[in-house]
Amino acid sequence: MNRFTIATATSYDDASAIVKSDRFALPILKAGGMDVVDHLKEGLWEPDALVDVLRAEGGAAAPIQEHREAGRSSIRLSALTTLDEIATSTLIQARCPALAQSAGSAATPQVRNVATAAGNLLQRPRCWYYRSKDFDCLKKGGDRCYAVQGLNRYHAIFGDGPCHIVHPSNLAPALMVAGGVAHLTGGDRDSIPIAKLYHTPDRGVRDEHNLKPGEVVTAITLNAAPNSGFYAIKEKQSFDWPLVMAAVALELDGTRIANARVCAGAVAPVPWMLPAVGQALRDVSIDDDAGLKAACARATQGAAPMSDNAYKLKLLPVAIRRAVLKAAGKEVE
Amino acid sequence: MPDQTPSHHVPSRVPSGVPDGGVTRRSFMRTVGLSAVAATAQTQAERLGDAQPSTEDTNQFGPEPGRIRLKINGQTHQLTIDPATTLMEALRWHAALAGTKEVCDRGACGACSVLVDGRLVTSCMMLAHDAVGKDITTVEGLAKGERLDPIQESFIRHDALQCGYCTPGLLMASKALLSDNPRPTFEQIKQGLSGNICRCGTYTNVFNAVLEASGQEPLRDPEGPDA
Ligand SMILES: Cc1cc2nc3c(=O)[nH]c(=O)nc-3n(C[C@H](O)[C@H](O)[C@H](O)COP(=O)(O)OP(=O)(O)OC[C@H]3O[C@@H](n4cnc5c(N)ncnc54)[C@H](O)[C@@H]3O)c2cc1C
Ligand code: FES
Ligand code: FES
Repeated sequence: MNRFTIATATSYDDASAIVKSDRFALPILKAGGMDVVDHLKEGLWEPDALVDVLRAEGGAAAPIQEHREAGRSSIRLSALTTLDEIATSTLIQARCPALAQSAGSAATPQVRNVATAAGNLLQRPRCWYYRSKDFDCLKKGGDRCYAVQGLNRYHAIFGDGPCHIVHPSNLAPALMVAGGVAHLTGGDRDSIPIAKLYHTPDRGVRDEHNLKPGEVVTAITLNAAPNSGFYAIKEKQSFDWPLVMAAVALELDGTRIANARVCAGAVAPVPWMLPAVGQALRDVSIDDDAGLKAACARATQGAAPMSDNAYKLKLLPVAIRRAVLKAAGKEVE
Repeated sequence: MPDQTPSHHVPSRVPSGVPDGGVTRRSFMRTVGLSAVAATAQTQAERLGDAQPSTEDTNQFGPEPGRIRLKINGQTHQLTIDPATTLMEALRWHAALAGTKEVCDRGACGACSVLVDGRLVTSCMMLAHDAVGKDITTVEGLAKGERLDPIQESFIRHDALQCGYCTPGLLMASKALLSDNPRPTFEQIKQGLSGNICRCGTYTNVFNAVLEASGQEPLRDPEGPDA
């Protein structure tokens, strides 16, 4: 790691002010530091300051809260709520199981104890060309995506490039189906829906999100989605980012699916909504396995796998179907 | 010919007995390590002078090395470190507590696991500065004086280590698990220890050690709970 200053922000506004001031040439926001420290160790970033938001709420994150208004429930997390707190919160387990499951299946107990919600959404991709200092890829200002001709087993099956990363966040697909919103300070808006937080590589390849420098996430809200589920397929059951993940939120009328929102992860450079699958699931009974399979098979429409990752076409419908079953409260192995 | 005896219990090239007044490899390393640390600490303290504010007084730490105080195993250590020092480096190199091991240095193996305010973390991925004001527990802090922690006793009874490099991390993960959940199921034990890799593959004995330390029957069949 290069030598840097640690500037402790006393509030999110303070964090934003430090980033925007000319006190430092290349300040980087740090929360749990899991991804930031990784970049520093790999020599990918050489900031002159880390702006530490861990103490922005006075030391501990605000507790997870529920707001009820006109019969609707919404949940509020702090930007600093950890993955472990999300996974083990009985409130989130009841109101948005997909989110609790997505947090609980990420990484390891050690990582989940430190990794924050905002940091998870804004972590950078795992593409091995991006993560290696030796490859001057598009994301680092180079002129090509090495995955196109190179090893692309863990890369995208959707999207037109020019860069073929998959978005790595476990929380993002779950928040997408639950109407998640990131609350912001330091810019000219108070919030941004998670559905608008990310952009595809054709609209800017150097970063994945639409926050401006100095914009800081303060909290995340979501709608209750009691019939929701998350399923990840991984190579190893611990440590690994998923090969494919799916989050589903259902509205049920008895056993009939009245409405379904489906978002896949680890298949595209952004969390990938699958409205065609949502449509096809409508009016299918959750007991009709053939019907569910047929609907989930639509997930791969429009996919364009690369040389080594066509296997994801087989995994994706399975992950979605299992997420649907979990959303309906069924046991899935 | 002892050198050719294939045994992983008795390392063949290390003398088993140390002559009276002799120095073991470990105590030798320890002396060297400690004096090196003491020397650096002294020169840095001299260079910085006592006027150097500690990070607790300001919201800025660095870019020059500065003093932090870490509470490790109940004792306060005053360390002069570079802001880019990880908690693992602070423990091993600056506080001379080498029980915490470094393997991957990327949060991907669990060998460096310690408790920070009771929570299991990988110390290689945490900046030491993040642990200021918190209670840090390392493997050195498990025993009470000469009395080992029950989980350590149980590891010994179940031979829950081969090379032993993963052991401090697995002990801390087991300790964290049992503090949260004094009687975990087999599945919960696997979950709780799922952030620790043992390259030698001693998992079954580790699971047995945790089962026994939580007052449960160890497994007989290494393949699973229901054999
Ligand atoms: C072994 C291992 C396995 C992993 N497996 C998974 C997995 O399966 N699924 C998964 O999703 N993740 C996984 N991760 C990644 C981990 O979850 C993320 O690195 C972590 O969530 C990042 O959170 P953090 O608080 O540590 O963020 P930091 O590292 O502190 O920050 C990450 C990014 O977010 C920015 N940032 C942080 N907070 C804010 C804020 N409030 N406002 C604006 N910007 C901010 C930072 O500038 C930085 O760019 C794994 C990590 C490891 C080490
Ligand atoms: S050395 Fe820290 S997790 Fe491997
Ligand atoms: S005993 Fe050797 S790595 Fe676990």
